[in-house]
Amino acid sequence: MNYTADRPMETKTEKEIAPSERKASKREVVLDVKDLSIFYGNKEAVKSANMGIEKNAVTALIGPSGCGKSTFIRSINRMNDLIPSSRAEGEIIYEGINILRDDINVVALRSEIGMVFQKPNPFPKSIYNNITHALKYNGQKNKKVLDQIVEESLRKAALWDEVKDRLHQSAMSLSGGQQQRLCIARTLAMEPQILLLDEPASALDPVSNSKIEELILQLKEDYSIVIVTHNMSQASRVSDKTAFFLNGDIVEYDDTKKIFTNPSEARTEEYISGRFG
Amino acid sequence: MAKASVTPSAEERLILTKKNRRWDEVRGRSLVTICAIIMIVATIAVTIFLAQKGLQSFTVNNINPIAYLTSTNWNPVGENASFGIFPFIFGSLAVTFLSALIAAPLGIGAAIFMSEIAPKFGKKFLQPVIELLVGIPSVVYGFIGLVVLVPLVRDNLPGIGFSLFAGVIVLTVMILPTVTTIATDAMRSLPNSLRQGSLALGATRWQTIRKVLIPAALPSLLTAIVLGMARAFGEALAVQMVIGNTRDLPGSIFDTSATLTTIVTLNIGHTTYGSIENNTLWSMGLILLIISFVFIFIVRYLSGRRKI
Amino acid sequence: MNSRITDRIATGVFYTIAAIMVALLLYLFYFILSNGLPQVTWDFLTSPSSSYQAGGGIRDQLFNSLYILVITMIITVPLGVCGGIYMAEYAKPGKITNFIRTCIEMLASLPSIVVGLFGLLIFVNITGWGYTIIGGALALTIFNIPVMVRVTEDAIRSVPKEQKEASLALGITRWHTIKTVLLPYAFPGILTGAILASGRVFGEAAALLYTAGLSTPTLDYGNWNPFAENSPLNIFRPAETLAVHIWSVNTQGLIPDVREVANGASAVLVIAVLLFNILARWLGSVIHKKLTAGK
Repeated sequence: MNYTADRPMETKTEKEIAPSERKASKREVVLDVKDLSIFYGNKEAVKSANMGIEKNAVTALIGPSGCGKSTFIRSINRMNDLIPSSRAEGEIIYEGINILRDDINVVALRSEIGMVFQKPNPFPKSIYNNITHALKYNGQKNKKVLDQIVEESLRKAALWDEVKDRLHQSAMSLSGGQQQRLCIARTLAMEPQILLLDEPASALDPVSNSKIEELILQLKEDYSIVIVTHNMSQASRVSDKTAFFLNGDIVEYDDTKKIFTNPSEARTEEYISGRFG
Repeated sequence: MAKASVTPSAEERLILTKKNRRWDEVRGRSLVTICAIIMIVATIAVTIFLAQKGLQSFTVNNINPIAYLTSTNWNPVGENASFGIFPFIFGSLAVTFLSALIAAPLGIGAAIFMSEIAPKFGKKFLQPVIELLVGIPSVVYGFIGLVVLVPLVRDNLPGIGFSLFAGVIVLTVMILPTVTTIATDAMRSLPNSLRQGSLALGATRWQTIRKVLIPAALPSLLTAIVLGMARAFGEALAVQMVIGNTRDLPGSIFDTSATLTTIVTLNIGHTTYGSIENNTLWSMGLILLIISFVFIFIVRYLSGRRKI
Repeated sequence: MNSRITDRIATGVFYTIAAIMVALLLYLFYFILSNGLPQVTWDFLTSPSSSYQAGGGIRDQLFNSLYILVITMIITVPLGVCGGIYMAEYAKPGKITNFIRTCIEMLASLPSIVVGLFGLLIFVNITGWGYTIIGGALALTIFNIPVMVRVTEDAIRSVPKEQKEASLALGITRWHTIKTVLLPYAFPGILTGAILASGRVFGEAAALLYTAGLSTPTLDYGNWNPFAENSPLNIFRPAETLAVHIWSVNTQGLIPDVREVANGASAVLVIAVLLFNILARWLGSVIHKKLTAGK
């Protein structure tokens, strides 16, 4: 627990959160998901999910396609709002506030809970402008500060050394793996609390893939990370906690070690050992 | 790197308030919503103003609407003025249906050519040709009709050249690209499985087109024809330049004739605003408006059928 | 065996139809250009038209056409683009959106003479302006807006969803995302559509006959004060456009060289439309290449 005083609310938050969903872990819960159900029209994509997502940990969401894990992660920063037929019930408590409330400032929320997508999606602008896009919108005009944030974010995303000489070239000229790390850097520049990664490496080659994994392990020091992945071994390598989704239910949520060595549910074991999905 | 000396509480940051609301979003949304409202207002304004003006010949001048629509006697000037617009309605309908009758097979044929027979050549060459045909202004079509078609008809066919027939031909040429474009989209959007399924059963390409593809695309093809008809019905200047603009019912297709649009075009500028004759012209405008709405509803009905 | 023969015949028929279309276009262009181009001299383009004598040019008509086009686009593009943004990004599925869509379709399918009548009623009679450039431009706006709305909506919808998500997920408002991500991406499509729409506006006549009128006052091209009576820029003056001129010389036929003038004017009109077409295609592909470069 190494955070400092610039987010004073968090200690208070910890006390407020009911410990009900917390597993045997010493970490603080940063997102408390309570009875979360998500509907697309009449279809229930996530069914009454409960999960305490921990601070400064990597939480992996696994399960076959269509099991609801992407829907789940996209509800955490309200990206599901983009789908007109979607509707959420239940609560996701973040800093003592249910972020599913109607009167949430979604824009502010998304700058605290950043998201990186499956397909690298840099803007067709320069590398530099990709990172400053959101900063400038938030009123940061000071060139020196911007330069500094660009460098810091790129360093954190382990991309600085590769691009420092061509910051003003188009981001489209980067390789897929570099583009994805740029997307991560762009998100980090916003200083989010939580990082949501929706299959961040599935569209990349194995080398880029392992770079992203390395990066995730480093970022864990400063951020709480939720990652959706199809790749079992990736989940076992990078995550501290793992949740197994099946048909919209969370079948099992526990320490990654336990899930991969000694799952309590037969279905989890079947999935992990590759019998379906 | 602290954002500010005093960090606002989660409540202050995350719950939407006047203070943390992004006003650019509110302004932007309002701006585009106003533009959407302007479109509604424009449509309603066109309808209401033309309806109000177009009904004056019945409400102010007490013309009998039934007689107005069915009488064949159009004699708007003088003591015994008579306002029967049936010949013009007839003319409008005649040019619309006859031109659609010619343009439909040609347009659908061209669409099938582009989607089924020679897709590559169709896309690369025929498509631009058709787009250019769409782009030629209607006065140019009318002018060419006037200086080429009318003399040609006069020299080779009965009548004086200016005729219903000339109007039909000019309109056919004008709506052909419209019909072709929409029909091509319809044919191209058919799933390939339809073609493969039929060809696999040993059907020839023509059998596949006739028995499978055309029935499957029928509602969309009808839409293409209806939109072509809507264009023909509303076209004014090109028809006006070749049809002769006489007030009597044509006895044959080679007789001169007139349509609602041509009479309105020719006379609305020469009659006194507010006079009976002027008002009857506005009533024709209203009829044009109503019929163009009817075409839209037919198209909507057809597109509803398409989904099934 | 029989079905093979039918198939061959049918294929032949389709080829014939395609050939008819191509022949038609070639004939039309050949006719317009071969008759018209000899008329299109510098003198023809730069001298004023005459009312009764031979030898008139199309200077004022050409200027009027371009000027009305510019004013129409100045009004239409912002309105149409905003309307398209609304339809693509803000309209929620439901009755209101359906109604707006119906309105757009209705406006799009209004016969241009009906648009002209509406313009005559509102912008000429009720406002009391008489025949004016602004009246003509507003009438043209009515049938040009649906085109721009559709073009913009399609262009914005064709922006990859990933781009929009990327921006929104960074905590940027939808509006700022539209301005900085979606619109730049959709720009080539909107530009191409706007240029094609310009071609249509340039050739339009029926909507202008009784809104911008059939005459042009004597213009002094040295006077650029838009409020002066004889200034070409005055938007409250009548203005006969090129397309209207072709119609009026043929219909009223007061000049002896109707054929020559109409031929020349038609050629200019068709060449302009052709240029709009080529420009749209070329710009569209150039900008598209630039945007996707380095991929």
